[in-house]
Amino acid sequence: MDTLLVYAYQVAFSFSIFILISLGLAVIFGMMRVINLAQGEFIMLGAYACVVCTAFGLPLWLAVPAAGLIVGLIGIAVERTVIRFLYGRVLDTLLATWGLSLLLVGLVTTLAGPQSQSVPADLGGVSLGGLQVPAYGLVMIGSALAMLVGTYALWRFTNLGLIVRGTMQNPEMARALGTNTSMIYMLTFGFGSALTGLAGALLVPLFGASPTMGLFYIAKAFIAVISGGPWPLLGTLSASGLYGSIDGIVSFAFSSVLGEIAVLLVAILMLRLLPQGITGRLRKGL
Amino acid sequence: MKLSRRQFTKLAGGGLAFASLPATLMKAGLAAEEPIKVGNILDQTGGLNIYSMKQIQAVAMAVDEINEGGGLLGRPLELVFYDAQSNNQLYSQYATQALLRDQVKVIHGGITSSSREVMRPIVQRFGGLLFYNSLYEGGVCDRRHVSTGMVPGQQLDALCPYVVNELGGKKGYILAADYNYGHITAKWLQKYIRDLGGEDLGVEFIPLDVSNFAPIIARIQEAGPDVVWSALVGAAHISFYRQFHATVGKDEIMLAGTTYAVGREQLELTPEEGEGIVIATSFVDDLQTEAAQDFVARFKAYTGEDDFIGEYGEYGYRGVSIWAEAVKKAGSAEPDAVIDALGGVSIEGAGGLYTIDEQTNHNTMNIHIARQGANRRFEIIRSFEQQPPVDTQLVCNLIENPNDTTQYVVEVE
Amino acid sequence: MGWLFSDFRRPAGERPGPVWWSFVVVATAVLLSLPLTLDLAQLLDLSVVFVLALLALSMSFLWGYVGILSFGQTAFFGLGGYVYAVAAMNWGDTTLPFLLGIAIPLAFAALLGVFMVYGKISDIYFSVMTLVITLILNRAMRATSGDQYVIGDVRLNGQNGIPGVPPLQVPWDSSVTLFIDHVYYLSVVLAVLVYVGLRLLLTTPFGRILVGIRENERRIELLGYDARRYKFAAFALSGGIAGLSGTMFAIWGNFVAPEMFGLGQAAEVIIWVIVGGKSTLIGPIVGTGVIQYLTSWLGTQGVGQVTLVLGAILIVFVLLFKDGLVPTLGAAIARVFAGRRESGGGGQ
Repeated sequence: MDTLLVYAYQVAFSFSIFILISLGLAVIFGMMRVINLAQGEFIMLGAYACVVCTAFGLPLWLAVPAAGLIVGLIGIAVERTVIRFLYGRVLDTLLATWGLSLLLVGLVTTLAGPQSQSVPADLGGVSLGGLQVPAYGLVMIGSALAMLVGTYALWRFTNLGLIVRGTMQNPEMARALGTNTSMIYMLTFGFGSALTGLAGALLVPLFGASPTMGLFYIAKAFIAVISGGPWPLLGTLSASGLYGSIDGIVSFAFSSVLGEIAVLLVAILMLRLLPQGITGRLRKGL
Repeated sequence: MKLSRRQFTKLAGGGLAFASLPATLMKAGLAAEEPIKVGNILDQTGGLNIYSMKQIQAVAMAVDEINEGGGLLGRPLELVFYDAQSNNQLYSQYATQALLRDQVKVIHGGITSSSREVMRPIVQRFGGLLFYNSLYEGGVCDRRHVSTGMVPGQQLDALCPYVVNELGGKKGYILAADYNYGHITAKWLQKYIRDLGGEDLGVEFIPLDVSNFAPIIARIQEAGPDVVWSALVGAAHISFYRQFHATVGKDEIMLAGTTYAVGREQLELTPEEGEGIVIATSFVDDLQTEAAQDFVARFKAYTGEDDFIGEYGEYGYRGVSIWAEAVKKAGSAEPDAVIDALGGVSIEGAGGLYTIDEQTNHNTMNIHIARQGANRRFEIIRSFEQQPPVDTQLVCNLIENPNDTTQYVVEVE
Repeated sequence: MGWLFSDFRRPAGERPGPVWWSFVVVATAVLLSLPLTLDLAQLLDLSVVFVLALLALSMSFLWGYVGILSFGQTAFFGLGGYVYAVAAMNWGDTTLPFLLGIAIPLAFAALLGVFMVYGKISDIYFSVMTLVITLILNRAMRATSGDQYVIGDVRLNGQNGIPGVPPLQVPWDSSVTLFIDHVYYLSVVLAVLVYVGLRLLLTTPFGRILVGIRENERRIELLGYDARRYKFAAFALSGGIAGLSGTMFAIWGNFVAPEMFGLGQAAEVIIWVIVGGKSTLIGPIVGTGVIQYLTSWLGTQGVGQVTLVLGAILIVFVLLFKDGLVPTLGAAIARVFAGRRESGGGGQ
């Protein structure tokens, strides 16, 4: 058995989970400063969208992007009907998104029942370092990286990305320059939601879809994004790397409980040593 | 703004109209005999509802059937339902409300041991009776408490010899949910496996919200067992079966479970993910007896839903039926009279004969070993008649100590 | 008539007037006479509102008046409950455990205060750090299911929590224990004392500096005050109040469990405070009561998924009430009276 390879897989897999659950939040909270407590339920919606799409006969590799699209549209609808009235009212956003999270759990339970649902990837296992790992785990790791790179490229290199970043930094100035900032907010929120939905769909083959699954992820996502610091993408990447490594190594070497506790303890140390987050001292970044 | 205020008023008005409905019913019922109130406290909302939903329906069905058959002691039953929303604080509030304000004669309810332990002192204090219709770790010794579900001793006494001796699962690896039930079940598993000449290669306790089993499955492979014993519980742990199937597969390492299928887990997985898992159960939908199939048919007709009922669902029907039988025997629905009559009460239920063991107020029942085959159906491999709650009997004797209220921890070995 | 409400609209630094005092006395008298008309189950429901209102007060004091959002007040709440439970079950006596249930969370908050306030952790980073701390306690406590985790004679019991926590005894006679109605009186008295105490504290120089920190921390420091010392003291105090709440919760329900530290509980406190309105101290009490009652009432109404209805109510609430229940209603009442006076004035 090649121990190093086994550890590498555990770390990469854990890292990919952190990236998946927090990337959308990095956009919605990191860039837009909307504290979306329904973030976990957006993951759940993505998972259910994937389940529904495959039930209608779509193959998994098409159902996943479709789920992203669907949750993106749901995000836009939520932004138009609720969030848009609450920009700058942090408290009310907290309350509204908490309400939304309760509502979505209740709604999905009513429609689909409390039981979780499975959509297998049927890729089987591959041997890595002498142990079997699910081949789909590698797909998840690859997808997480692709989503990260894609988001970075979109923000960094496209015209739209420039406008979005400008709007988030100084909405008055952007408006004065003729940008429809309301539209940009809507699109950004929708994009963050789509990323979240995509993540939820990607989780389905190994984790399933259940109405209360959001609760398992919400705290981790916020901790990763916030301790990442002011530069959302770079911060989320580095925080996910750090926490993913600790979780992967400790969980495999000792136990899942210790893995979880170790991540939280390191989060506290990080914040104490870098009170503005990991990227707090960087002057430029994304 | 005006529109939304009007909408709000409408909503509130609708709520009030709904709230007055039970009152109307009560008025109508008053013309006849005064009803016997039956309380049911379960989690329709929140993370535990995977175990509760069918049981809520089954309790309602049992009450309705009794009413259609002319009620109990010539009086109708009135069901009062409380949704505790997977929150123990509400269990405390509702149990008090049920006994003091609503004056129920019996409380059926509680899924987790912690919810039962919240209610038990309240039931004790106000002289009520609690039917706990759930699979749990055993050891509760209390005359005001009746356990109708399986305890580890009952299950493992049947399951372990089969898996270790007949299937060749000498080397076992135990995964258990990280709370009392899991810890106690794991201890019993270790004892049974060792007594049978097997070996336990590892025991892991997994927190209820952990869904990433990658590190655990890697450790299992390192250990190389013949069989993985699962006492996993809840919505997050179901991921284990998916990830295990996508990694090792049951052809390499067998899977046996004490909790699998009790919450209709076979429905949550694809047929392939669940196929081959071996369980010990007191009721599955696929039990090929007349009583079981009749119950399944009646339940489907009652709910209009065409899916599995599962063990937890049947527990609710079982609990109400046993209580009703004890009421008939006592000739009274008063808790103290029913408690005195409970010992030895026996009914022919969906899973076979259920008899309340007077020494422990637990249920003696048939245990079936079953294996999930194709299409999510279980094949019954062997049935064991009238398995008593052996573990709880070791520590509890209500005939000698009727005032006992302790939950004992059975010292294994 | 507007003068009736002027006492409630005064800035936090000013001493409350006679109307406010009359309100406190009348409200307390009414609450203390309720056991004459309510049954024990209703008293139990009301007691838990006042017990949890203490937790909400500890948060809103810190958040509304010092400007620190501590997402993890549940850390002290849970700690208070567990300290009381473990100490009372070990010693048999409950007076010292009750006091420790306040003192140990207070000391723990002080320790964290040193760690965080002097570590210049502020804003959202403070919130997430307190959240992480309460989650660590939650995870750690849940990992104690094994029978090796024992303090004295008491098993910590992991996820299941500790049942059978003894009721509070009268300090001078350990054979007399508090029953449901006594716990109700005690929780009302404690809630009123903490409410009045915090309200008066804000009128002292110490309290005014706290409010000053909320308004402009930089300026307070330039005036020569060490803002960190004040924030530290406020945080420790609020930890003690949250500990009191947890202790009372253990006494109220005779159980403690790791959910007391959990994410759900932590988020719910914030919701109570926001619903009531964090710019007043009476708001959080009202908010706690409204949400608690709604939750337990909905559970008996056969509405299907309670969260579906509760969530919808919260969203509608946000769109209707901008600043929380108490401030919005207060402003509306004030508007009505102001409007009358104006129209009266117009007639002259």
